[in-house]
Amino acid sequence: MKRIVLFVLACLFSLTMVAQEKKSKNKKVEFKVAGNCGMCEKRIEKAAYSVKGVKNAEWHSDHGDIHLVIDETKCSAEDVAKAIAAVGHDTGSVKAQDSVYDKLHGCCLYERMK
Amino acid sequence: MFKNIAFLLFFVSQFIYSQETIKGIVTDENNQPLLGANLFWFNTAIGTTTDENGNFTIKKSPETTFLVVSYIGFETKKIEITSNTISVVLKEVNTLKEVTITKTKKGTEHSLYKVQNVQVMGQKELLKAACCNLSESFSTNPSIDVNFSDAVTGNRQIKMLGLTSPYILIAEENIPSVRGASQAYGLSFVPGTWVESIQITKGAGSVINGYESISGQINYEVLKPSNDIPFFLNAYASQDERYEINTHFNNKFSDKLSSTLFLHGNTRVGKNDMNDDGFLDGPIGKQVNILNRWQYNDAENGIVSFLNVRYMNDEKQAGEMDFNPDTDRLTMNAWGSEINTEKIEISNKTGYVFPDMPYQSFGFQNSFQSHKQDSYFGLSQYDIQQKSFYSNLLFNSIINNTKNKFTTGLNFTYDDYNEFVAVNFSRDFSRIDNSVGAFFEYTYDNTDNFSLVAGARVDNHNRLGTFITPRLHIRYNPWKEAVIRASAGRGKRAANIFAENQQLFASNRSFSILNTDGKLYGLNPEIAWNYGLSFIQKFKLAGKDAEVILDYYRTDFQNQAVVDVDHSPQEVLFYNLDGNSFANSFQAEFSIDLMTHLTFKTAYKYYDVQTQFTRGQLEKALQAKHRVFGNLAYETHIKDKGQQWKFDVTYNWLGEQRLPYTQSNPVQYRLDEYAPAFGTLNAQITRTFSSTFEVYVGGENMTNYKQMNGIVQNENPFGTYFDSSMIYAPTFGAMYYAGLRFKIKDKKENHKIEELVPVEEETHNH
Repeated sequence: MKRIVLFVLACLFSLTMVAQEKKSKNKKVEFKVAGNCGMCEKRIEKAAYSVKGVKNAEWHSDHGDIHLVIDETKCSAEDVAKAIAAVGHDTGSVKAQDSVYDKLHGCCLYERMK
Repeated sequence: MFKNIAFLLFFVSQFIYSQETIKGIVTDENNQPLLGANLFWFNTAIGTTTDENGNFTIKKSPETTFLVVSYIGFETKKIEITSNTISVVLKEVNTLKEVTITKTKKGTEHSLYKVQNVQVMGQKELLKAACCNLSESFSTNPSIDVNFSDAVTGNRQIKMLGLTSPYILIAEENIPSVRGASQAYGLSFVPGTWVESIQITKGAGSVINGYESISGQINYEVLKPSNDIPFFLNAYASQDERYEINTHFNNKFSDKLSSTLFLHGNTRVGKNDMNDDGFLDGPIGKQVNILNRWQYNDAENGIVSFLNVRYMNDEKQAGEMDFNPDTDRLTMNAWGSEINTEKIEISNKTGYVFPDMPYQSFGFQNSFQSHKQDSYFGLSQYDIQQKSFYSNLLFNSIINNTKNKFTTGLNFTYDDYNEFVAVNFSRDFSRIDNSVGAFFEYTYDNTDNFSLVAGARVDNHNRLGTFITPRLHIRYNPWKEAVIRASAGRGKRAANIFAENQQLFASNRSFSILNTDGKLYGLNPEIAWNYGLSFIQKFKLAGKDAEVILDYYRTDFQNQAVVDVDHSPQEVLFYNLDGNSFANSFQAEFSIDLMTHLTFKTAYKYYDVQTQFTRGQLEKALQAKHRVFGNLAYETHIKDKGQQWKFDVTYNWLGEQRLPYTQSNPVQYRLDEYAPAFGTLNAQITRTFSSTFEVYVGGENMTNYKQMNGIVQNENPFGTYFDSSMIYAPTFGAMYYAGLRFKIKDKKENHKIEELVPVEEETHNH
């Protein structure tokens, strides 16, 4: 009897664990991405879309935030930040390499994030 | 010993004390110390200021580790304190941020980024032609030609790409509105002041609204109750004794529910005969038009819903000056005509956007319309009633990401026609049409310089059969400020041969339908393919913003319900196309902002519209091959209280037009083979006294060009040769008008807002 109770409890527990870990397929995420202009916008959004699981990506040059809708079962915000940094744009969590940054178009040479 | 302990204690307390104090310096970006900068712990009243060297000391706070640093003219900083000495660099406030960049919105906008060749005519453009209804709104737009369809009813017909309005899908907020029975006069039943904007799409258009569009789509949006002003009044009077009044009453019941009541009335009392042919130049009559529109907006739950209830009654009387309907109706005492129309419409559309998925939504549109026209033209009679129900269910979503969007859905159309025609024959053409269709439209956008829309629909119609309608649109930005568009698509429709050609009733032509085996008056459905290519380049010419637009479109009919008035001047024949019928149109448009608030726009249009008639392959009658358009718009700067002057001049030149064949008539009833070229000039001046009150005066056809022989055999309208359908120019001559607009605005609204919009949001270039 005790065993069964334990078993059921264990099952319930694991179920709640699963429920807690359930990842949203339409998770809204936003974070800072450094950039200046319309050219930056295209580059940033293109990089974001290159990550599988990104459903919508809109970067706003006025306040520097990227608004994402991602499928968390396929990618994470970190993956997107990495992809954006890889094309030369600093993000809140991942910074671009100087060598990539230096190759950006003149008008895109934004102020680096610290 | 005590001393030692005391010393130690002192030392320790010193130690503790030093732990609890933060020292630092506040400087600007050039490392200059800031004197008197304020520092305080976040959410507390504990603070200090810097000395002349920018230095400060402050005790640590038990509540927070966040320190707020501020200085007038500099950005305020909130910093987390992790060490005991810090240096704070404050940024000077960038005064550029305070500048609002504004751009005067153009009356008509051509987008560089939309896939379809769409131009949007906003309120500003619509106000350029103050009078009065939708059929008259296009006189300042070079893409739409406004014609004069007949001398009796004075009705204006519009054309696009050289094809008349039945080949254009005309929709009110994406619900097809001017179709079937309302084809001839429908546009004149929509008062201009109700319209918020008009979108004109050249070419095939989207599959979402149906399969009927061939040369293009015109969609108009009605003012939305949620952002309308509490009260609007427009009064208009013209030299030909036409009076119009429009009032809008808006009420916002809550932040979600709002409603507008639109009341329109017009009356045309003046019996005018400026070209001395014994006939009225335009009909007399009156119209009452009421629309009550409700809007429910629930942004949190993503729901928007509209409900429209509308009633319209229009009465027209035309014909000879001394015609009295009470005694002369359907007699040969005098030739006259009355057209009475009653329209009732109830429509609803509801949209739902998934709260966690902004790119996914449902839309559901339903519309019920009853359109009843009772009319007679001399001894001919024409009665039609159309009861129709339209329903469209749409679902929008994405595939993987928002670069790949799709719209899919179902729609249903039911039309119950009661149609009675008494001409040289009397016949009841009553029938019921219905169709069910499913559509899928895919949109790809690479978020940069390329996008496409590919759509297809399958419909089952009880008379047109089961058929597929494919449409494709492509947009490419080859370089900066330029766009190339291409489109191709198929359209199919059931021609309502009588409703669409009512001007022919005002003649003594005999009507014959030559085919008998088709399901539509004996005729087959009309099928056409439309192909188009368009190029827009925006550039600076001597520092001024300029734009060049080149368009080429071709429409190829596979089948057409040919309306032949060339076989004989005493006959009109309807038959299935046997041969070629096509319309080529080329348009070159150039516009430039000569200086602030002064815009010049000009266009040249070439049309080659030909059809195989019994007499051979002929140019379409009453269609100018060459047209030139010019518009000059100037407005003064808006002063503090909203005072402004606006000037607008439009010139239209129409080349010679082929006239229908009349050579078999006696000499005095013959027309020339071609009508002469002529030009018309319209102008309007608007004086805005404040943001709430303005007056306007204007003139139409100020060059006073008149077609004198508008009616053949006008002296004996019951004779064999009588015909008023061959109209290529105005019959009234110059006409002047004046009017006023008065608004009551919401208190919080700034009068400048509507004139100033932010620079185009789509900053696709750097």
